[in-house]
Amino acid sequence: MADVPMAQATLQIFRGDREAGKAVEYRVPLVPGMVVLDALHSVQAHQAPDLAVRWNCKAGKCGSCSAEVNGRPRLTCKTRMDSLPLDQPITIFPMKTFPVIKDLVTDVSWNFRVNQKIPPFQPRPGVEWKMYQRDVDRVQEFRKCIECFLCQDVCHVLREHGKQEEFGGPRFFVRTASLEMHPLDGVSRTKVLKEELGLGLCNITKCCTEVCPEDIHITDNAIIPLKERVVDEYYDPLLMLVRKIRSAGKA
Amino acid sequence: MNSTYETHEHDVLIIGAGGAGLRAAIEALAQGVRVGVVCKSLLGKAHTVMAEGGIAAAMANVDGSDDWRVHFRDTMRGGKFLNNWRMAQLHAQEAPDRVRELEQWGALFDRTENGEILQRAFGGHTFKRLCHVGDRTGLEMIRTLQDRGVHQGIDVYMECTIIRLLKDGNRIAGAFGYWREQGRFVVFKAKSVVICTGGIGKAWKITSNSWEYTGDGMALAFDAGADLMDMEFVQFHPTGMVWPPGVQGILVTEAVRGEGGVLRNKDGERFMERYDPKKLELSTRDVVARSIYTEVREGRGTEHGGAFLDISHKPAEYVKRKLPSMYHQFLELADVDITKGPMEVGPTCHYMMGGIRVDAETAQASIPGLFAAGESAVGLHGANRLGGNSLSDLLVFGRRAGFAAAEHAKRSPAAVIDPSQIEDAERQMLLPFERSGGESPYAIHEDLQGVMQNLVGIFRNEEDLSRAVSEIDKLKDRTARVRVEGSRLFNPGWHLARDLQCMLTIAEAVTRSALARRESRGAHSRIDYPGLDDTWGKMHNVVVKKADSMTLYESPVLEMPDDLKQLLAEDGGAK
Repeated sequence: MADVPMAQATLQIFRGDREAGKAVEYRVPLVPGMVVLDALHSVQAHQAPDLAVRWNCKAGKCGSCSAEVNGRPRLTCKTRMDSLPLDQPITIFPMKTFPVIKDLVTDVSWNFRVNQKIPPFQPRPGVEWKMYQRDVDRVQEFRKCIECFLCQDVCHVLREHGKQEEFGGPRFFVRTASLEMHPLDGVSRTKVLKEELGLGLCNITKCCTEVCPEDIHITDNAIIPLKERVVDEYYDPLLMLVRKIRSAGKA
Repeated sequence: MNSTYETHEHDVLIIGAGGAGLRAAIEALAQGVRVGVVCKSLLGKAHTVMAEGGIAAAMANVDGSDDWRVHFRDTMRGGKFLNNWRMAQLHAQEAPDRVRELEQWGALFDRTENGEILQRAFGGHTFKRLCHVGDRTGLEMIRTLQDRGVHQGIDVYMECTIIRLLKDGNRIAGAFGYWREQGRFVVFKAKSVVICTGGIGKAWKITSNSWEYTGDGMALAFDAGADLMDMEFVQFHPTGMVWPPGVQGILVTEAVRGEGGVLRNKDGERFMERYDPKKLELSTRDVVARSIYTEVREGRGTEHGGAFLDISHKPAEYVKRKLPSMYHQFLELADVDITKGPMEVGPTCHYMMGGIRVDAETAQASIPGLFAAGESAVGLHGANRLGGNSLSDLLVFGRRAGFAAAEHAKRSPAAVIDPSQIEDAERQMLLPFERSGGESPYAIHEDLQGVMQNLVGIFRNEEDLSRAVSEIDKLKDRTARVRVEGSRLFNPGWHLARDLQCMLTIAEAVTRSALARRESRGAHSRIDYPGLDDTWGKMHNVVVKKADSMTLYESPVLEMPDDLKQLLAEDGGAK
């Protein structure tokens, strides 16, 4: 069998750290059904044992192995090699929005800090623990999120404009929506959405929805309804009037 | 102590941030102590996130006759009575409260028409008992626990690997590890340490487990002098993907069978009718895994060496709704539309029934201040775990471990750490960088996976197991000369060099325990000793480190009180 040439793919993988880096070329043998993550593991095992890659489940359930494959934010465990043009090198780069630690591993700790700004689930007092499927359906869509952060990576408010300090990003609008629309939740997060997560900065270009590996309708089902809630609360003239009267009464 | 080490101090340190670790952390924090959680991956990526089918709890929302007694009996029967009866009892009694608690922390399970938590059928469970969210129950659970824990105030140290438990005399004093990112070392001082590090599947070639599952916690506890027990009992899940090669081993949830999926061989025969005519596809995992394996070995397997699993007789919309991730997994990775045709499946190394020996009530190990819960602990599942009993295990015993660890910490004065332990661990960890010869850890890992897959698999015999013991010895020698390239900055080769040592320790414990148990029980099948043996039915194998080497001894199964014995003798489904 040794004289039968094995089909190969050429990878250009970013190698480097915070200071410097460049694409390095590797050739890997192709196996039926191979995904990009398999190719990265092959490079680790046979050519570059110190190649830094995050991964866990290898089945699209944990959201660890995000990277930019041929320029597109993808889960490498769900990107089939045979779905890519193999007559040219496949480029595999780290997510651009986050600072590189090494090779394909980026510093995503900012996401965990954003999550802490969101008030957790708080059931309404004296609530009865009954919920119906029709009431939980839309929230279950948001709870499919595997935190791969591909939506954060592609969002231009973060990627191009670097508004990390004032903007939470699509992942955390989905997270907030899952709490706001929970049938038994009793907390309002509209102030947080407006003032801390910068929901107004999103101009609904739907890039996040396009890259979501869980097919969550981030823009239509999470962001737009949240924007409506914020608008209702902050800019509705009638509401403003009621609030003014109330606060005058208190004073 | 060398003052250059970054040092953190907690009352309770939890190693592992899966379901058990997070539940332990939440409970310990509620007792008013300082809690730290260390995990090898990012928060929310632990193995719990991959659990699919559901949490077993006798809530009786769907089948009104269910109660803890039936769940207890199913668990004991599934485990071939090698279970710690008290753990099985506590688990069955407390699981419903633990599930309700998740709901009160924001989890959203699928619902019944009455607005209650929906439950589905699963192998070995008499009644519909698994609370679930489609086929992504683990994700729902870990996200709920993660948010609860973080907002309550646990300190989480992500991407940090513990390489040594630190002791003060006989008691636990903390742990020593490294940051995966920068490769710097870090000391954690703690009065109690809770190990929640999961299993050891990565020692096998075909496995549903992630890179993290290298037996770290069990090996850490063993090296510190704790007992490991029932290590021969390794669960091969009947249904992993078999084709294409890249996806081999990836889990196909038992929920496929729970929702009505049928197993057939290449001749179209529903072969479970021959192996377990009563329970069929919903027999226990040990039975179904052996059945598929036997069909393949006897030439009735599919083209790629598996069996067909078919759910396409159900309406497509129903399949997509109840098994969404299976639908996508097969469509995207195997070009199979499961609403239209069958999947090809075969056994995959999935779960470790054995582990750190603990007290049922407190989850305390045989070392003061050391606790363990979840897959890294032993007792609840006996010789074979029922599907769905793992997620409930994490919650019930995670909570108990967290509570007891906090109580222990409150009672204990501060420990003193002898720095020589740390210096030794650091020296060992850095050795692979200093060698000029030696081979890559990846090559040794691949060989270990081959040894365990071929010689310590579903069916075992004396010859294979003896050979495995000597092969593991050779692999240990090779590992002692392993060489690592590159720097300490996020270097997976270096990390694997250390994980390999843990895998080898546990692989040896599994193999030697399997060699000792001359009978077939649950997940442990000896071709040379095919039947149950009553004497072995009263014995556990225990592994402990004595004078730097692994020693095996037998320990009696705990005697059950008469009322529970009576319960087990009863027949049928209802109480």
